[in-house]
Amino acid sequence: MTYKTMIKSFLFLSCSLLLIGLNSCSQHLVRVKPYERGNLANPLMSADTDPLQKPMSEHVYFSREGSFGGGGVGGGGCGCN
Amino acid sequence: MKTILITVIALCSSLTPMMAKQPSVGQALPSLSKLLPGANVPKTKGKVVLVDFWASWCGPCKASFPCFTRLHNKYASKGLVIIAIGVDEDVKKYNAFAAKNKAPFLLAHDGAHKAAAFFNPPTMPSSYLVDRKGVIRHIHKGFKGKKTEALYEKEIIALLGK
Repeated sequence: MTYKTMIKSFLFLSCSLLLIGLNSCSQHLVRVKPYERGNLANPLMSADTDPLQKPMSEHVYFSREGSFGGGGVGGGGCGCN
Repeated sequence: MKTILITVIALCSSLTPMMAKQPSVGQALPSLSKLLPGANVPKTKGKVVLVDFWASWCGPCKASFPCFTRLHNKYASKGLVIIAIGVDEDVKKYNAFAAKNKAPFLLAHDGAHKAAAFFNPPTMPSSYLVDRKGVIRHIHKGFKGKKTEALYEKEIIALLGK
C-alpha cells in the first residue's frame, strides 16, 4: 500500500465516521414537537404584545440609531431621509 | 471512492426519517385505553374511528370542533366514534377549552403526552381516520375549514359503507 493510498483510505474513513457521527447527533437534538408548542404559542411570546409600546419603542430606536438608518434601510447618516 | 461516499451519505440521510417513528396509513390503530390511561375510551371494535389531536392554544383546532360536532351528530348512529385528544400540559387550559367548546364526542386529556408521543402528530391539529377493521386509512394534517370537512365526510361515508 503506497503512502498516497493510505492517506486516501484514512480520509475516506474519517469522512465516513464524521458523517455517521453527525447523523446520529441529529437524532439527539432538542426539537420542539408540534404538540409541545403551547408555551411558544402563548401571546406573551409575541414580539408586539402591547400595541402602544411597539410604535414607541420603534420611534426611540429610530431616533437613537438614525445615523445608521434606524430600523430600516433608508438613509445612511446623510440627513436626507 | 466517490461512489462509496455518495452511498454512505444517501444511507445516512435515508436512515434519519426512518428513525422518527409514527403511525402511517395501513397500520393498525393501537389500544387507546393504554395510551390514555385516565380516559373512559369507548369500544371502537367494528366502528369507524376518528382520532383527533388538538390543543387550546391552536386556532385551527378550535375551528375544527364545530365540524366534528356536525359529523358526530350525523354519523355517530351509523357507527362513527370521534375521540379528540387534548395535548395541553396545563389541565386548567384543557378544562377551560372543553367547557367552552362543549363537544358531544369523547374528549380525552393527554397531559403527559403519552398518546402524542406515540402518534407523533406532524402538525396541530392532526387526525387519523380508522376503518371498521381498526386500520388507519387516512391521516389529516391541519384543518382548512369546509374543504377539510367535505373531505372528512366523503371518507367517513366510504368507510361506513365498507
